[in-house]
Amino acid sequence: MINTRDILETINMIQDENLDIRTITMGISLLDCIDSSADKSCNKIYDKICKKAENLVKTGEDIEKEYGIPIINKRISVTPIAMIAAASGDDPIKYARILDKAAKEVNVNFIGGYSALVQKGFASGDEKLIISIPEALATTERLCSSVNIGSTKTGINMDAVKLMGQIIKKSAELTKDNGLVGPSKLVVFCNAVEDNPFMAGAFHGAGEPDCVINVGVSGPGVVRAALSKIPDADITEVAELVKRTAFKITRVGQLVAHESSRRLNVPFGIVDLSLAPTPAVGDSVAHILEEMGLESCGACGTTACLALLNDAVKKGGVMASSHVGGLSGAFIPVSEDAGMIDAVRSKNLSIEKLEAMTAVCSVGLDMIAIPGDTPAEVISGIIADEAAIGMVNSKTTAVRVIPAIGLKDGEEIEFGGLFGLSPIMKVSTASPAKFINRGGRIPAPLQSLKN
Amino acid sequence: MKAIITVVGKDTVGILATISGKCADYKVNVLEVTQSILQDMFCMIMLIDLKDCTIPYTDFSDKITEEGTKKNLVVHVMHEDIFNSMHRI
Repeated sequence: MINTRDILETINMIQDENLDIRTITMGISLLDCIDSSADKSCNKIYDKICKKAENLVKTGEDIEKEYGIPIINKRISVTPIAMIAAASGDDPIKYARILDKAAKEVNVNFIGGYSALVQKGFASGDEKLIISIPEALATTERLCSSVNIGSTKTGINMDAVKLMGQIIKKSAELTKDNGLVGPSKLVVFCNAVEDNPFMAGAFHGAGEPDCVINVGVSGPGVVRAALSKIPDADITEVAELVKRTAFKITRVGQLVAHESSRRLNVPFGIVDLSLAPTPAVGDSVAHILEEMGLESCGACGTTACLALLNDAVKKGGVMASSHVGGLSGAFIPVSEDAGMIDAVRSKNLSIEKLEAMTAVCSVGLDMIAIPGDTPAEVISGIIADEAAIGMVNSKTTAVRVIPAIGLKDGEEIEFGGLFGLSPIMKVSTASPAKFINRGGRIPAPLQSLKN
Repeated sequence: MKAIITVVGKDTVGILATISGKCADYKVNVLEVTQSILQDMFCMIMLIDLKDCTIPYTDFSDKITEEGTKKNLVVHVMHEDIFNSMHRI
């Protein structure tokens, strides 16, 4: 029989350290739903999603019960709607509504893919879709949206950067009486990945198969608990322990991915081995960094600790799964992480430090509330900075900032549920307006002579 | 399929009998049992075979967990593959 200690370790991870499968995300291609009119296309989209994802939630629940591992979310990602709307025509909002309706029908909590990929420029339909995002997010419940505005191969589309600053602002204004849900479901990417299972940035890339199962694992609490047992070990041992722990976590993800793919008769895509925090006690990435020896997240040394963590998680995870993909690494959302919230409250963590951390974490500036009167150009400036880090370092970066309408630096906003709460963070008010209003494109960076 | 039942709680008379009795009721074969008592806490791990189980696995799991709760015990029934995949390469 399996070793008693191993059995108890697994149970302890699930019971006390919040180990869970964060999401099973079904990617569905909508390319074959293109038709001569938007109405025909929407009918096809609804039918396809309802048919493919009919048993998704039930299968997730069955696996959860059988294996005793919580599976928190069941979600769907679809082909970027800008492509479908460009071909089938009409108002993109129609597609938003039908996606939301389908998500409710199959009972998934989010559906991602109200997206456009404009890293080099706007194709037909892209601009129209982006402009419709605030309304789409304000009038739907489960829809998530993302826009890719740059990449290492193409550079950064500054016209899109300018537009996205305005869109985020407008999205906040339209949902100011509804917990600012608009901007919390909108991600601006550089180097977006096509197989990301995590919301709000998930979409089903054009190079993906017709239907695919991607699984996102989590478990910051498990890593922190493991590190707390070696308080005096040197950093080499710390990295080794993170690797071993990430391996175990990912094996569970692989098992669930394999099992759900078999039961749903849908090919297995990837396991995304991310440490995704939640506001729950003991489920914080910031606390892992503090366990390594920082007084508070945001202290000098934070970027180094995060770099170690991010790399060790990937190294441990890659051997545990046959296909690793998505974003993979450590997420650092502010409002969803109890340790980050405390660090911001105690003024140890600033948006500038977070920006530095995004150079070595898996994504970017995530779930950060900024003063409601922040001008659109400043938001565009934040996006441009973040995209530049991603572009130059060949990594995915993202911006999900929430202009907290009516609130100022130092106040707090409660989003509720998984989105948590966030102190409003101070942002430099010096204007980048002239730079942002120039438009054009930042050329792709040199890929050699790297120093 | 095989599964693992773990039982943790305050030691009382008849824990093993209750759990194994329930297994017998549903024709679930107990393959192996280990148990220990650490500072009054009872900890039992049972490997079971469910191939002839008379009710669906999830129902069986609910019945056992329910039985444990009555006696103030924390009981988990989990497919053995989760342990195999996590701890064996």
